[in-house]
Amino acid sequence: MGMWFFLFTEILFFGGMFLLYSIFRYNYAQDFHAAAAEENIILGTINTVVLLTSSFTIALSIATMKRGEKISSIILQLATILMGVAFLVIKYFEWTAKINLGIYPDSPVLLALSQGEILFFGLYYVMTGLHGLHVLIGVVVISFMLYFTRRETINRKEYARLENTGLYWHFVDIVWIYLYPLFYLIT
Amino acid sequence: MEEKYTEDHAVATGTYAAVWLVLLILLATTIAMAKLRLLAQFSILGSLAIASLKAGLVLAFFMHLKYEGTFLKVMLTVALLALTLLIGLTFVDVWLR
Amino acid sequence: MTLRNEIPEVAGFYERTGRYRWLIAEWMMSTDHKRIGVMYLMALLSFFSVGVVLGFIIRLSLLSPGWLVGQQGYNEFFTLHGVIQIFLFIIPGIPVAFGNIFLPILIGTQDVAFPKINRLSWWLYVAGAALVLLSIFIKGRPPDTGWTFYAPYSVQTPANVSIAVMGVFVLGFSSILTGLNFVTTIHRMRAPGMGWFRMPAFPWTLYATGWVQMLATPVLAITLLFIFLGRFFGVGFFDPTKGGDPILYEHLFWMYSHPAVYIMVLPAMGIISEIVPVFSRRSLFGYTAICMSALGIAIVGYAVWGHHMFTSGMSDTARVVFSFVTFLVAVPSGVKIFNWVSTLYKGSIAVDAPLLFALSFIFLFSIGGLTGLIIGALATNLHLHGTYFIVGHFHYVMFGGAGFSIIAALHFWFPKITGRMYNEKFAKIGWLNLFVGFNILYFSMFVLGFQGMPRRYFDYPPQYHTGHVISTMGSWFLAIGLIIIFANLVRSIFKGEKAPANPWGGKTLEWTIPSPLPRENFQEIPIITRRPYSYEEEAK
Repeated sequence: MGMWFFLFTEILFFGGMFLLYSIFRYNYAQDFHAAAAEENIILGTINTVVLLTSSFTIALSIATMKRGEKISSIILQLATILMGVAFLVIKYFEWTAKINLGIYPDSPVLLALSQGEILFFGLYYVMTGLHGLHVLIGVVVISFMLYFTRRETINRKEYARLENTGLYWHFVDIVWIYLYPLFYLIT
Repeated sequence: MEEKYTEDHAVATGTYAAVWLVLLILLATTIAMAKLRLLAQFSILGSLAIASLKAGLVLAFFMHLKYEGTFLKVMLTVALLALTLLIGLTFVDVWLR
Repeated sequence: MTLRNEIPEVAGFYERTGRYRWLIAEWMMSTDHKRIGVMYLMALLSFFSVGVVLGFIIRLSLLSPGWLVGQQGYNEFFTLHGVIQIFLFIIPGIPVAFGNIFLPILIGTQDVAFPKINRLSWWLYVAGAALVLLSIFIKGRPPDTGWTFYAPYSVQTPANVSIAVMGVFVLGFSSILTGLNFVTTIHRMRAPGMGWFRMPAFPWTLYATGWVQMLATPVLAITLLFIFLGRFFGVGFFDPTKGGDPILYEHLFWMYSHPAVYIMVLPAMGIISEIVPVFSRRSLFGYTAICMSALGIAIVGYAVWGHHMFTSGMSDTARVVFSFVTFLVAVPSGVKIFNWVSTLYKGSIAVDAPLLFALSFIFLFSIGGLTGLIIGALATNLHLHGTYFIVGHFHYVMFGGAGFSIIAALHFWFPKITGRMYNEKFAKIGWLNLFVGFNILYFSMFVLGFQGMPRRYFDYPPQYHTGHVISTMGSWFLAIGLIIIFANLVRSIFKGEKAPANPWGGKTLEWTIPSPLPRENFQEIPIITRRPYSYEEEAK
């Protein structure tokens, strides 16, 4: 129950950013469309597939743990971690590509663009940045769960920590499910 | 008096796999919709609708919400309504200025 | 009330456990909700005192602008006064002090749902407070933006805003975790037989408050983060030159800060609901309505934030909507006032200090609430926004409301926490000074505001001079009153008469265990068989 409550707070936390996005998009619809064309839709789609699959694997890791299948659970947790890392690596490439083009907050290149585009990229960095931070935290936490699973402090009878970690990870996935169309598909 | 813990419902691997496939299909659909500009100026609504379907599947099955008690479902709704209210009332300002 | 102590000798929660060598480690590492609550209480009262001194200085300065602090300094003083009183004292306030100490006991359990997270909340509070205070002392100027940190000034000012904002962010996280903990505790850990409608009123208000803490504070967190990002990375969501909108800052800020005032006042109302039945020997009138109105205030209070922004440039429709909902939120508050007064009616009243402060709450909060209606109305708000009328209003509800409730709780639960009784005579003398001083200090602000004196102004034209002098003199009486009250309490910790388990004849669970509180709350978890405040059911 506690983890669900924490996720509710996260809904409001990210919600504030979605609020800004919706207002700015309403005010600058054309600019947002133009700016979104800069996004790499292939990388974005790959990242979506990666996260969706990682949700699948972590859900399975819990199911197998409940059945007492320690090895399967470990493999699945590991897979989830690797996919999380993959997500972050792809994100890194996306960000550096933009930065090399001179598009980052307060850059001269950015400030020369239209107001809506400045806002779009500001939102892009803030929202994917905070989301990425949450992915990173998730990867670290799942690694801890992996350690606990190996030591069997997470086992067939006591797996609440793993379940809660799963809930958190699914939430991070859901945030991306919304970020993806808003930044990549609105051309 | 404690609240009843929900029974631990074991979800079959097959169900998870099916959900995952549907998620990928929905992803393909949303890309197609965007590329083919199927809904013109309502494309954002369409994208958000599909995103919500995906989120709903993750919530219901991967996060087990389907098998949880009513209270949790109600409070999730409350949290989402709260966010909707915040965005909505702000729009009452911005939209009608 | 009977003084026979049938309860066996048990270790008080102050006694050393021997787990740690250093006393401070034993307390700082404790997960015992009572110890955490007491530590919070000490911190809160210390910060409150600092805040009072700052306020005192502000009022002194206004006697003759410029004689004590300069223009820039004045801005820093009212910013710090606000930040300290609001974020370090009154928002954590009752939940972290009395909530922590008494919630588990009131619902018949041994501790909160997540004791370690409770301890984390305490550490985060200390860390956040440290960051905020650091902003005063490190290189650069203390923040001068007002506690509201409005953009674009907060993004541009060279003052130490970033660190102050970081501190508030951390404090917010502490608040969220406390709310989460309390809500889970109330759901999961009530004693056998304690259905929702056998739970006393104070836990009900802590429940409603916990939800507000969870669902409103994150919005502040993200807003402060935006200020931080704006200052460090030039992210310009509130900067018109970058396409942003300063009014969006105001929206986001008040989306939290209005529900925050309900975080302040709901638990305060819960305490009044605890005190009034005991001192009128009657069960709480309309108990169900009191509980439901707590939820009502929390829910409706979520939708009124725009009334802080009527003159900022919102659309007309938005202003009408917010004004209308603001009037609605007065209804559940009115329900509570009515029910408390009805509880007192034909009761057997004992005007001891707790009740005296509780009655003051009812009176002062009502004035605050009624003036809230005046400024909730669009037409009058246009004239009164940004004037001393607002300052008077919120001091009546926050200080006259939550502040007096805290003082009431300090007296009410003093025997329970310390095992001693305070001196009743000095409590009443202190009360008189405080009450008289309070009204002189703040009522004159309504007049000043009505006459047009703006708030947060270091200087003013001569026609406001008399009002300011009267108000400042009120602050002197108020200060004397506070000193007497606190001196009385501090002295009584050491020299007060030993208190029995139930000096007031209360009916809730905390009065069934020893004074001072034992280390383990209950030797045996109680089984609850009836509604709280069951005075009428006793055959006398």
